Amino acid sequence: MKAFALFKKDFKSEMRTRYAVNALAMFIVVTISVIFFSIGQERINESLTAGLFWVVIFFSAMSGLSRAFVSEEERGTNLTLQLIAGPSTVFTGKLLFNLILVFAMNIVIVVLYSLIFDAFVIKNMVLFVTSFILGNVGLAVSSTIIAAIISKAGAKGTLYPVLSFPILLPLILTSVQLTIFSIDGTKFEEAIVELMIVLSYDVIMIAVSYMLFDFIWKD
Amino acid sequence: MIWKIITFLLLTFVSIAGITFPIVENPTAWYQFPIIPGLEEKAKIIFFHVPTAWITVVAFLMSTVYSVKYLRKKNLEDDIKSYAAAQLGIIFCLLATVTGAVWAKFNWGTYWNWDPRQTSIFALLLIYGAWFALRSSIESEEKRASLSAVYSIIAFVTVPFFVFIMPRIMTGLHPGSANDTNAGPVINFKMDPHMRLVFFLSLAGFSMLYYWMWQLGYKSMIIKDKLNQKYY
Repeated sequence: MKAFALFKKDFKSEMRTRYAVNALAMFIVVTISVIFFSIGQERINESLTAGLFWVVIFFSAMSGLSRAFVSEEERGTNLTLQLIAGPSTVFTGKLLFNLILVFAMNIVIVVLYSLIFDAFVIKNMVLFVTSFILGNVGLAVSSTIIAAIISKAGAKGTLYPVLSFPILLPLILTSVQLTIFSIDGTKFEEAIVELMIVLSYDVIMIAVSYMLFDFIWKD
Repeated sequence: MIWKIITFLLLTFVSIAGITFPIVENPTAWYQFPIIPGLEEKAKIIFFHVPTAWITVVAFLMSTVYSVKYLRKKNLEDDIKSYAAAQLGIIFCLLATVTGAVWAKFNWGTYWNWDPRQTSIFALLLIYGAWFALRSSIESEEKRASLSAVYSIIAFVTVPFFVFIMPRIMTGLHPGSANDTNAGPVINFKMDPHMRLVFFLSLAGFSMLYYWMWQLGYKSMIIKDKLNQKYY
């Protein structure tokens, strides 16, 4: 499995520099503390908690996930990668790495969030976990393909959130809704439409990414 | 040539008719519109606002179609066509947003209240903005063409979410604003035949105007490119 070898290579080089992990961790701490300071002692309601939860996730994702392709471009190793593996294999490897990163990041965010905010109490755990997994997959896929695009463009850092936000908007709006549902304790059956939307978003994004990655990757 | 004259006549007629045709209680003549309760004179926005929103989406669709064409054939002229379409698209998108917001001020009370349609036009504006930001950051022509083509396709597949699915979700997010639009006059309103005539003429006129502007836009860009190549 070449894709898995690629993933292992990324994982090893990440373990050496810890660039993405450090950036992500600091970003999570910074955004959560900014929210914490601005709220103060006030008790905020559920919908605001859910919205802020996704604000933290979005901005943390924007800080670390572009590394996947930008690092290859900076070190000039993308031509070697083009020689040893096909485009879809490269994309799978990078996607796996970003998936792991997104899941690790979001689990940390959930834990910190439920420690800090009293209003963030999940009543429907099954719904939350399902929407969490689906949302993370969508976030990882979209941010990986956008990372591939910006790695070839100039002004990499600033462009990434600008390009990602409109693409991620349907996912974020639906996920905020699902988070509100799981805090409210809505039944799983009543949230099925929103789950379907996130699922279809994931499927569409995976399909489009694999179809279009060839055009980005080949110079 | 003849269709350009027709476009001119159509748009002249639509601008005069859309603004001056009176709204009366019991329309008898063909140039009189019936009163719609709650809208009255404000109903006339439909002749100008809806065509601009329509052109926004058509321009986006054309830009995506030419992006796909570019990726298949790698012909830079397709990229220029896609760029010209998107340039017009963002102008019409701004027009639709502004006219809609002004109308909303008088009909709903605020310029902006995150009604589903407003959210979708806002997302379109963001996509257009991001697309132009991406284009301006790449110097090599081929690279710019293929990367922006890829981005416009990715952005285009998310549009159905905004147009068909968002209204459903936004009701949950903004209960106050969503209720009065879903039950309000915008969706339930059945158009009077006299109004429908002017409306469709306006739609046709705007589409032809767009096509004309688009042709001028991409042709001038191609000529500019050729002139530049001569000097180098």
